[in-house]
Parts: sequence; structure tokens; C-alpha cells
Amino acid sequence: MAQYQDELDPITGRKELVDGANVTFHDVTEAVARPIEVPSSRWWIAFIPSVMLLGVYLISIAYLLYMGTGIWGLNNPVAWGWAIVNFVFWVGIGHAGTLISAILFLFRQKWRTSINRAAEAMTIFAVICALQFPTFHTGRPWFIYWPLPLPNQMEMWPNFRSPLLWDVFAVSTYFTVSLLFWYVGLIPDLATMRDRAKTPIRRFAYGLFALGWRGSTRHWLNYEKAYMILAGLSTPLVLSVHTIVSFDFAVSQLPGWHTTIFPPYFVAGAIFSGFAMVLTLLLPLRAWFKLEHIITIKHLENMAKIILLTGTMVGYAYAMEFFIAWYSGNPYESFAFQNRLFGDYWWAYWIMVSCNVITPQFFWIKRIRRSVVWLFILSIFVNIGMWFERFVITVTSLHHDFLPSSWDYYSPTVWDVSTLVGSFGLFFTLFCLFVRYLPTVAIGEVKSVMSIANPHYHGDGAHGERH
Amino acid sequence: MSKPLKKKTYGLLAEYDSARAIYHACEQVRDAGYKVWDSHTPFAVHNLDKAMGLGPSVLPWIVFAMGMTGASLAMLLQWWTSTIDYPIVIAGKPYFSWQAFVPVTFELGVLFSAFGAVFGMLGLNRLPMWYHSLFNSERFLRHTDDKFFIAIEARDPKYDPQKTRELLERTGALHIEEVED
Repeated sequence: MAQYQDELDPITGRKELVDGANVTFHDVTEAVARPIEVPSSRWWIAFIPSVMLLGVYLISIAYLLYMGTGIWGLNNPVAWGWAIVNFVFWVGIGHAGTLISAILFLFRQKWRTSINRAAEAMTIFAVICALQFPTFHTGRPWFIYWPLPLPNQMEMWPNFRSPLLWDVFAVSTYFTVSLLFWYVGLIPDLATMRDRAKTPIRRFAYGLFALGWRGSTRHWLNYEKAYMILAGLSTPLVLSVHTIVSFDFAVSQLPGWHTTIFPPYFVAGAIFSGFAMVLTLLLPLRAWFKLEHIITIKHLENMAKIILLTGTMVGYAYAMEFFIAWYSGNPYESFAFQNRLFGDYWWAYWIMVSCNVITPQFFWIKRIRRSVVWLFILSIFVNIGMWFERFVITVTSLHHDFLPSSWDYYSPTVWDVSTLVGSFGLFFTLFCLFVRYLPTVAIGEVKSVMSIANPHYHGDGAHGERH
Repeated sequence: MSKPLKKKTYGLLAEYDSARAIYHACEQVRDAGYKVWDSHTPFAVHNLDKAMGLGPSVLPWIVFAMGMTGASLAMLLQWWTSTIDYPIVIAGKPYFSWQAFVPVTFELGVLFSAFGAVFGMLGLNRLPMWYHSLFNSERFLRHTDDKFFIAIEARDPKYDPQKTRELLERTGALHIEEVED
């Protein structure tokens, strides 16, 4: 490391995951807890527009319940429309949170500790948004319990051979397990908030949910085991969820849907879009809450690399779909793909390719990976591209299937748009409430990866004495 | 009722300020033969359970049992509903087309395992427990921030107010106090 030593390189440079000299445990607690205890007025700048968007969502849903799904642009061949597009989009967003919290944990990627809390929160809120769409798409959401295997007066049972039913089990399990995982991670930090609380209401509220946690080593023993098991369970779970979501398409007979590449392709796309959303949320958060020394540029760069990897996988999947459409010699399959490129929805296809295949390739350049502005702009492009991917998949295959007599053109109505835009209001409102009331960074976990947390730390590391 | 109520003692609470200090202190308390004691740290200090001489957690067995229960119940439910209670031919498949039942079996296995992990962990830790004697100590509040504690309970057979305090002093405790029950 003669002339050029990259201070952020994990091998040649520093080993510290928290930036700055002589950061103590107390500094970490302060950095995370202060913004919650002494809220910044800038929080309202994010919260008020979010609540207004939430209002748009509630109005859209109220009108939908009053009128029925006819207010959406659904027609006879395209019965799935934006509701399913949005559902797959939001579920996919959630997957990055689980990847960060579970898969990176199993791979002992210690850098995840500063971003996992916010990413898991994002997962839960994204799945809440996702669950809205199939619920209201049923047209009679008060019967949404029908897919559950409950004994009933009709003496009927759900069809367990249907991918849509698998989806009910997959997504509801995913939501429950993500919520439990998130809550288990929160318990020690809620105890920190309880012990710092100055007002009785705060002490009661945090204390109630901290369950009387007292940092006992006998407790940590079971706690860490539970955490590792939950990570081990979430890893196959997250892969299964988007696999099963892709089965909704792949198990049908429709050209463009009936392909075996769908499960891995959907999972890669989900992680791709989810990391983009993590960047979209964390870049403002770390600046506003002054967490740049905990969520460091190295973290952002690592996420950019994952976006590059998964984005390239998605690009490969696009190419492979085309190759197989041609190589299979199936005329319907070939037509479906020609129709995607040059048919009625050519514009959606090319938006998707530009955003998902070209955009991530910018992350080969180190300067872009480390530029907050570039990261933010490119993450928005990825979000847009991945929404269009689901639109292309859902709509192009449905609108032109086997018989030209059943072809039709699908276009959304203003209510489709307001429901999608409004769902972002739901998402951002929940996220704003999260950053206002809960520790956005896993305080205890960040402390545990600092070098002073090592019981064999002697204070004679590369950073000099600490006393 | 003329005599004032005698306050009961929970035990001695010793405070340390680094992971390293508590690690070696725990080794000494363990070697002195105490059994009813605990250490309290703001994060899971690596291998501190070994320094305390604790055995492994039994949680994995609970999770395994729960996971098997969930998966078995799911397969049983699907088998019973589609062959016994409501047999109906779908897509020309046999009644018990188990391949199609794998996703739900997997999901319920994971769901039950997760319940086992979370509620098993809380049960083994006797949580929630909103009152605990240690919370009577003002200094103990910093156990979730940057301080490390050892608490030796008065009901430990080896507990002796004087000798135990001396032991804790030898381990390099910064502060020692008696906590009320």
C-alpha cells in the first residue's frame, strides 16, 4: 500500500465500520437517539406531503369501494392491470430489506448493521402497500379471508393447487416473519430509548415494548440464537416469496409468462429494485439525521455494487427470454416478445430497458458509486424501471394472447394513477413515523461491530490509544 | 408493627466501562464458583457467555419442533381437504398431488419456526418482565448505553455481603452498590 491507500477499502484500509476517531459507545447512542428525542422541524417537510399523498390514497380507495373496480382501466383480456403491477412492485421493494437483514447477516457482512433497521422497516411498509392491491382488486375486500382454509357453511376448501393461494400463504408469512424479525432486533434499542426517556409517556411507551429487557448475558445467549435462526429462516423465505409471486405468472399458459426463468429473474429484480429504494430512503435520512459517520459512503458503495450485480442479472434475464423465445421455435412465444419490443407497448419496454439495463452499468465507475447525488438520481431511475418491468410483463402478455379476436388495448384511468401515487403516500407516511419514533439504526448491533467492543481489544490498534 | 420493615437485598451490582473489563471480571466471578449471577451489557459481548460458564441455548430444539409441526400440519391439512373432505379433480391431477402442496407446506413450516424462535426466546428469557430489582439502581440505566454490569444475587449460596464485595473489587469494578429487591 505504498503510495495510494484507500482508507475505505476493507482489506488495505481501515477496519472501522464507524467513521471518526475515538467514537465511543455513548456517541453512537447519542447519534441515533438524539434525532428522535429532539425532533428536527425538517421532519415535517417530509411528513406533510406524505400525509397529503396518503389522503389521495384514501380517497381513491373510498371511491373504489363505492363504485367497484370498474373505475380502474381493467378490460377483458387485461383483467390484472395496475393492481397486480403495483403488488409485484411493492413486494419486490421489500426484498432488499430481508436481503440486508438476513442474507448479509448469515454471510457475516458486518457493514449491514448500520442499514438493516431502516431496510427492514422499509420491507414491512412495502409489504403493507403490496397487500393493499390484491385485497382491493378482489372487488369485495370484506371477503379477503376466503382464501384462508377456514371451515365454512359451504363445506368448501381453497384450491391448494393454485399459485394465487400459494401467494396468500407466502406473502402473509413473509409479512409476519419480517415483522417479528424487525421487532426482535428492536427490543434492545427500545430498552435504550426507555432508559434515556425524560418524560413518563415515553418511558411507558418504550418500556412497554422493550418488555423489560435488561441486557442480561443469559438473555443475549437465547436472543442471538433466535436472531440467527430468524435470519436462517428469512433467507429461504425471501427467495420463496418472489419465486411464488413469479409462479402467479409462470404457472399459467400465457406466452411470455410460461417460462422457467421467472423465479430467479424475479428474485434478482426484487433485490435490484429494493436496494434502489433503500438508497432513495437512506440518502436523505443520513443527511437529515447527520448519520454520515454511521451510514458511511462505504455502505452506499456496497449497495451500489449489489445494484450493479443484480441489475446485470436482470439484463441477462431479459436477453435470455428473447433467446429462448427464438430458440424454442414456438410462434406464440416469439410473437409475444416481438410484441413487447415493437408492439403497442414499445415505449414501456424501452423505458424498462433503459432504466434497468443501462442505468446500473454506471456503477462500474467508482466516482459515481461514491457520489450521493448520482446514487440518488440513479436509484430513482431503477425504481421507475422496475415498475415498468412489471407493467411490461403483466400487460403485454395479457393484451395480445393467442386469438386476435380477444385482443384489446389497456390504458389506466386517473384512479389507477391516484391509487399508485397514493400508495407511495402510505409508504412514506409509515416511514416518516418510523424515523420519528424509533431508532433508525440498530444501536446495539453497531456497537457490537466497533473494535472497542472486542473483549480482547487492547487499545493499541491502528487508531492509537483510546484512553 | 413497631419495627420498621427491613428492606430485602437483591444483591450486589458492579459496574465496568469496557467489554474487556467485564469479560475478565466474569471469568473471575465464574471461577469463584458463583451460580446465581448475571452480567448486563449494552450489546452481546462476543463469548461473554463462555466467560460466564453458560451452556448452549436450547432454543434450536424448540424451533425445530415448531417447524416440523407447522410443515406436518400444512401437509396434513392439504391432504385431508383435497382427498377426504372435499375431493375434486383439478386440471386432471390426482387428489393427492403433493408436489403442488410443497409451497404452502414450506411457508407454514417457516411461519411456525419463526413463532418458535421469537416466543421461545421470550419464554426462555422470562420476558416480558417489566419490573426487575435491578431497575431500582439509577446507575443501571446506562446498561443500555455504554456501561457493563455484573449482578450477584443474594440468594446465591456463596453470597456474602463482605466477601462478594471484595471479589468484585478485585475484578476492577468502578462502582459497587447494593440493590434492593
